Amino acid sequence: MVSKMNVFINGEPHCFAKGLSVSAMLKELRLIPEKVAIERNLQIVPRSLFSQTELQDGDHIEIVRFIGGG
Amino acid sequence: MSFNYDQIERYSRHLVLKEIGGPGQQALSAAKVLLVGVGGLGCPAAMYLAAAGVGTLGLLDDDSVALSNLQRQILFATTDIGKSKARQARHHLQQQNPDPNIIAHNFRLTDSNAHELFASYDIIIDGCDNFATRFLVNKACHELGKVLISAAVGRFDGQVSVHNSGNNSHPKTACYQCLVPSIPPEAETCEQVGVVGALTGIIGSTMALECIKLITGAGTPLLGKLLIWDGLKAAARTIDLPVDPACIVCGSEHGQNNPV
Repeated sequence: MVSKMNVFINGEPHCFAKGLSVSAMLKELRLIPEKVAIERNLQIVPRSLFSQTELQDGDHIEIVRFIGGG
Repeated sequence: MSFNYDQIERYSRHLVLKEIGGPGQQALSAAKVLLVGVGGLGCPAAMYLAAAGVGTLGLLDDDSVALSNLQRQILFATTDIGKSKARQARHHLQQQNPDPNIIAHNFRLTDSNAHELFASYDIIIDGCDNFATRFLVNKACHELGKVLISAAVGRFDGQVSVHNSGNNSHPKTACYQCLVPSIPPEAETCEQVGVVGALTGIIGSTMALECIKLITGAGTPLLGKLLIWDGLKAAARTIDLPVDPACIVCGSEHGQNNPV
């Protein structure tokens, strides 16, 4: 049995398999990485580290949409 | 430079602040700040910086005032429609405060003119309306070692950061492309999705405040941080923005940290 973990995404609890990477999370959420920044526990995760950054139980994730207007 | 009686009166609310005072006001009057984009963000930023007595204020915008600008671009009057934003902004700002040297740069920023233009300024403030220009501004600031105050708005949301990725005497931080590595596909514009004028006021004023903090040394600027403002919830949070080692502009993996 795969062990599970709870992660909060934009404040809502989500259940994922342990060791899920940021890249895999985006895939599960059907989000395009080029459109968003990922904030994990009040820190932006650099995009180049998405695939090697594993989520931990209890992480607080915010999906930050890029805006460019002025 | 010493202040005359009128200037002591005009800047009296700064002069009594322990974080600004006489030395801070002197620093403001010696500062050279360039605003890229005189729109929803640039208007309030320019108004507060000119009023604060920033010595040299450059206004870069090749656009002219349109009726649909006036819901948020509060520097402009209805009679300005069709006229150059940079020149009309200069006119209105100079009426509010004759002290600053305000320079209207009524042309478009390009790869070939960015370096020459930015070189004569200390701080660059980016409140433009597209990602391509944001990338261009960021790259030039990195290469020239200029501090960049960058902000963006859309709908009810705002984001502000201060970047210092180039070579200078201050600690290095992430650059704009550490946050936005590539132009987002199908990026929304304010024209498509809208933006609330009052929100541009908050975020534009925040850019001006960050600029005043950098110049006077007051407080802790948003260096290496990202301020995210959710206008619908009236909630703000400030998060860390680390350097992306693979950043194509400033990342160490590209050997860009020490440009020759």
